[in-house]
Amino acid sequence: MADSKLDLLQGTLDLMVLQTLAAMGPLHGYGIARRIEQVSGDAVLLNQGTIYASLVRLVQRGWIAAEWGTSENNRRARFYSITRNGRKQLAEDTRYWHRLSEVMARMLALSSDGGE
Amino acid sequence: MYARIREVWNRLRAFLRREPLDREFDEEAAAHLELASEENVRLGMTPEEARRQALVQFGGIQQARERHREARGLPRLDVLVQDLRFTFRTLRRDRGFAIVAVLILGLGIGANVAVFSVVDTILLRPLPFRNPERLMWIQGPPADCGLSCVTYSADAFQEYQRRNHSMESVTAYMPFYGPSDYRLTGRGEPQPVSGVPVAGNFFQTLGVTPYLGRLWAPDELVKNGRPAVLLSYYFWKREFHGDRSIVGQTIDLNNTPTLVAGVMPRSFDFGAVFAPGTRLDIYVPAIMDVMRDWGNTLLIVGRLKPGVTMGQAAAEAQTLFPNFYFSNKHPEYGKHYQAWPQPLKEHVSGRLRRSLIVLWCAVGMILLIVCVNLSNLLLARTAARDREFAMRSALGAGRGRLIRQLLTESLVLSAAGAVVGLVLAYWVVAWLGHQGSLALPLLNELRVDPKALGWTVLIALIAAVLFGLAPGLRFSRVNLQNALKDGGHGATTGRRHDRMRGALVITEIALACVLLVGAGLLLRSFLNVLNIDLGFQPEHAAAISVDYNDGGSAAKRGAILEQMLDKVKAIPGIEAAGITDMLPLDRNRNWGMGAKGVAPSPNDYALIQIVTPGYLDAIGMRLKEGRDFAWSDKADSQRVVIVSESAAKGLWPGQDPIGRTALINGQDWRVVGVVADVRDTGVERAAGREAYLPTTQAGPEGAELVVRTTLPPNVLAKSVMATLRGLNPGQPATEFRPLDALVSHAVSPRRFFVVLVGAFAGLGLLLACLGIYGVISYAVTRQTQEIGIRMALGASRARVQLAVIANTLRLALAGIAAGLAASFFVAQLIASLLFGTQPFDLLTFGAMTGLLLLVALLAGYLPAFRASRIDPMVALRTN
Repeated sequence: MADSKLDLLQGTLDLMVLQTLAAMGPLHGYGIARRIEQVSGDAVLLNQGTIYASLVRLVQRGWIAAEWGTSENNRRARFYSITRNGRKQLAEDTRYWHRLSEVMARMLALSSDGGE
Repeated sequence: MYARIREVWNRLRAFLRREPLDREFDEEAAAHLELASEENVRLGMTPEEARRQALVQFGGIQQARERHREARGLPRLDVLVQDLRFTFRTLRRDRGFAIVAVLILGLGIGANVAVFSVVDTILLRPLPFRNPERLMWIQGPPADCGLSCVTYSADAFQEYQRRNHSMESVTAYMPFYGPSDYRLTGRGEPQPVSGVPVAGNFFQTLGVTPYLGRLWAPDELVKNGRPAVLLSYYFWKREFHGDRSIVGQTIDLNNTPTLVAGVMPRSFDFGAVFAPGTRLDIYVPAIMDVMRDWGNTLLIVGRLKPGVTMGQAAAEAQTLFPNFYFSNKHPEYGKHYQAWPQPLKEHVSGRLRRSLIVLWCAVGMILLIVCVNLSNLLLARTAARDREFAMRSALGAGRGRLIRQLLTESLVLSAAGAVVGLVLAYWVVAWLGHQGSLALPLLNELRVDPKALGWTVLIALIAAVLFGLAPGLRFSRVNLQNALKDGGHGATTGRRHDRMRGALVITEIALACVLLVGAGLLLRSFLNVLNIDLGFQPEHAAAISVDYNDGGSAAKRGAILEQMLDKVKAIPGIEAAGITDMLPLDRNRNWGMGAKGVAPSPNDYALIQIVTPGYLDAIGMRLKEGRDFAWSDKADSQRVVIVSESAAKGLWPGQDPIGRTALINGQDWRVVGVVADVRDTGVERAAGREAYLPTTQAGPEGAELVVRTTLPPNVLAKSVMATLRGLNPGQPATEFRPLDALVSHAVSPRRFFVVLVGAFAGLGLLLACLGIYGVISYAVTRQTQEIGIRMALGASRARVQLAVIANTLRLALAGIAAGLAASFFVAQLIASLLFGTQPFDLLTFGAMTGLLLLVALLAGYLPAFRASRIDPMVALRTN
C-alpha cells in the first residue's frame, strides 16, 4: 500500500452520509458504506460498522429518516433518506467545508513558501 | 437550537430504551453482513471467505455497538449506571463491611445534622418576629440580686417611651409571674393557668398578629377597663380543644369574667424566646397605672427606627436611663437606673454561643473520626482488591475509570449513611423538640429543615471525598506487575501501606483523646455543679401552688395557713410542710434591706421570701443561729426576720446579728435567726443577701406549699389535693412539682451539653477502638507467615503476643501524645464553660488518657491473642 488510509475527521463521516443520501436517494447502511468507499476510491479508512453510529446520530437530529424495507435481493433492511432539514444542514455544511478547505489550502501554501 | 433539544430528548429516550435499540442495531448489522457476503460471493469468493471478508470490512461488531450506543444515548450516564451496578454488586458481596460503614457514617452524619439543627435554631436563624434584627433588649446590668435589679419601674419604662428618639416602638413585659398565677374556673375542676403580663403594644412591636380574633382594644388597656386576655395556641388547643367560637366569649379567671380577645399563632411561643423551658398559657395586659407602685417590674424590648443603628440606640438608652426616677410621684426615692442594651437575639441565645460552638466542633470531630475510620476500612479493602484492580487495569480500564469506581463506592456508602443519619437526626430532633423542661431557647422551632437537608448532602459529599481519597490516592501508586504476581504485595508497598494506615489510626486516637478530655472536663464541671451546696435539700421534697382567700387580712391569713399546714402534716407520709411565696431557682424578688443605725450602702438589698413557720424545715434549709418563725409571730407582734449568712455578714460584719434591727423597705425588723445561704437565682451563681419574713407580717405573692416526704410526690398528690379542696373548694388542680425538677431545670442546659459531648466522646472512643482493631488485626493477618516462621524458630506465644501488643501500644501512645497536645489547647478554649474545674485538671487528663490507653490495649489484645494461636505448620504450608 503506497499511502496509508485517511482517518476521518470528526463530523466528516456525517457530511459524507448526508451527501450520499442527497445524491443517491434512499439507501441502506451497507449501500451507503459501499458508496463512500467507491467514491473515495478506497482511500478512507472506514470500518463499515461505524457508519451506524453516524446514522443513528443523524436520525436523532432529524436530518435523515429511517424506514424498514426490502432490499434489491429481497432482504429486510433499513433504508435511510435525507429530510428537508437534512438538506438544509447539508447545504450549510458544504459551504462551511468549502470555506475551511480553501483557508486550509492557503495556509498550507503559505507555510511551504515561508519554510525556505 | 431546535435540533439540539430534539437530540437531547432523543438521547434520553434512547438511554431508557436501550434494549430495543440494541436489538434494532443487531438486526441492522446482521442485514449488513448478509448484503456484504452476498456481494462478495458475486465477486467470486467462497461463502466462508465472503463472510469472513464481510466481517473484516465491518470491523468489530461489539465496538460498532458501543459506538452506536454512544452516538444515540447518554454515554456518561451509562458509565455511571455501570459503576453503580458494579458497586452494589461488590457491596453485596462484602455485606459486613457495607453494614458497618453505613452505620458508622449514619451515626456521624446523624449526629452532625441533629447538632446543626440545634445550632441553626438557636444561633443562626433569626428570631421568629418581623425584622427581628431591629429588636433591642434593655435591662439593668447583670447582678446577683435577681430580677428586681435588672427590671424597671412603670414610670421609668414610660419615661423611656416618651423621651427616646431612636425607637419606633418600645414595649415591655413583667417577668414576675408564676406557673399558676391564674385560676380558670367555671369549666369543671379549677385549673391553674400561667400568664405573663405584657404591655399593650407588645405584639405590635414584635410584629406578631393573632391567629384568631384581635389584640387588645384601648378600653381593655386602662385601669378598671374591660378584662381581656389573649390565649396561647397550645393553651387554646389543650383547654378549649381548638374551639374557634371561644373568641369573643368570656371565661372566669381568678373569679373575674374575662373576655377572650384572641388566640396567638402557633409560631409565637413566649416561653421559648423569653423564658426557655417554660410554657405560657395566656397573655394579660400589663396596665401601667395599676403597676405604678409595684416597684421594678418590667423588662423592655424596643424596635429601632429605620436608619438608627443598634449602637446609637444603645448609647441613647445609656444616657437616658440614669435620669429616670424610680417613681415620678416620689422623686425622693432617687434615680438609680442603668441600661444594658443588647440585640434581642444576643439576649436570647448569646450566652449559649460558646457551648453550641464547642458542641458543633465536637460533632465535627466525630465526623472526622468517622471518615478516618472508613478510609482505614476502605484501604484495607482495596489492599485486598489490588489483584482485582490490577486485572481490570490490565484489561483496559483507565486509571481515571478505576478511581471513579472507588469514588462511586464511597459516594454510594455515604449516600446510604446520609439516609440513615437523616432518620437518626429526625428522631433526635423530634425528641429534643419535646423536651419542654429543657431550658434552651427556641426549641419549639427545632426541626430538620431544608437547610439541614442541604447540610446533610454537603457533609455526605465531603465525607465521601475524604474517605474515598486515601484509597484512591493509594491506588494510583499500585504497581501492576507486583500486584498481579502470585505473592500479592511486595514488601515495600506493604510497609508504606502500613505506615499510612498507622497514621490514620494515630489521627483517630488523637481526635478521640481531645474529645474525651473535653467531655471529661465538662463532666467534672457538671458533677461539681450537682455537688453544689444549694442551701436546701431538693431531694424528697415537692411543692404545690395553693390558693386561699384571706380577704387581705394578715391575721386571717395566719389562721388559714396554720390550719392548712396542720391538716397537711397529718397526712401519713408527710414529714414536714411549710409555705413560701417564692421557691428558690423559680422566681424571686428584691427589696431594700439595710442595718439600722448604719449609713446606707448601694448593696442594701436582699432577696425576700415570705414564709410560714416550718418552711425552713420543709425545704431543708439549715438554721445556723436563732430560731424559726412561730405562729406566735403575729401581725400585731414585733416584726421579725431571718437573714442569710451572707446578709448577716454584709450588714453586721464581725457581730452577732441576732437581736439586731434590719431596715426593710423603711421598716424595722428584728433579726431572730440566721440560715445558710441558698442559691436562689441560679445553681452556678453565688448566693447574694437573702431574708425571710413571716407570712403573718408581710404580704406574700401567692403560696407554694412545700412538703417533705419519703413517698413519691404523685402518691401523695391525691390526699394532699383532697385536704386542700376540703379547706378551699376553689383550689385549682395544680400538680406537685418535685424540687429536684427545679434544680434539674436550672442545670438542664449544662446537662444537655455534657450528655451530648459525652456521647460524642464515647462514640469517638468506640470508633478509635475499631480503627486500632482493624489495623492490628490486618497486620497480623498479613504477617501470618512471618509469625509462623518465628514460632517455628522458637518464639514463644507470649513473645508473639507481646510483639503485637507493643505495636498497638506504639500507635496508641503516638495518638495520645498528639491528642494531649491538642487537648491542652482545646481545654483553654472551653475554660469559660467549666465550673470548679481547672482547664488542666490533672485527674481528668489522667483518667481520660488511662481510659483511652486501656481501650486501645483491649482492641489490640484480640488480634494479639489470635496471633499467638497461629499454628506454624498451617501458616507455613498455606500460602
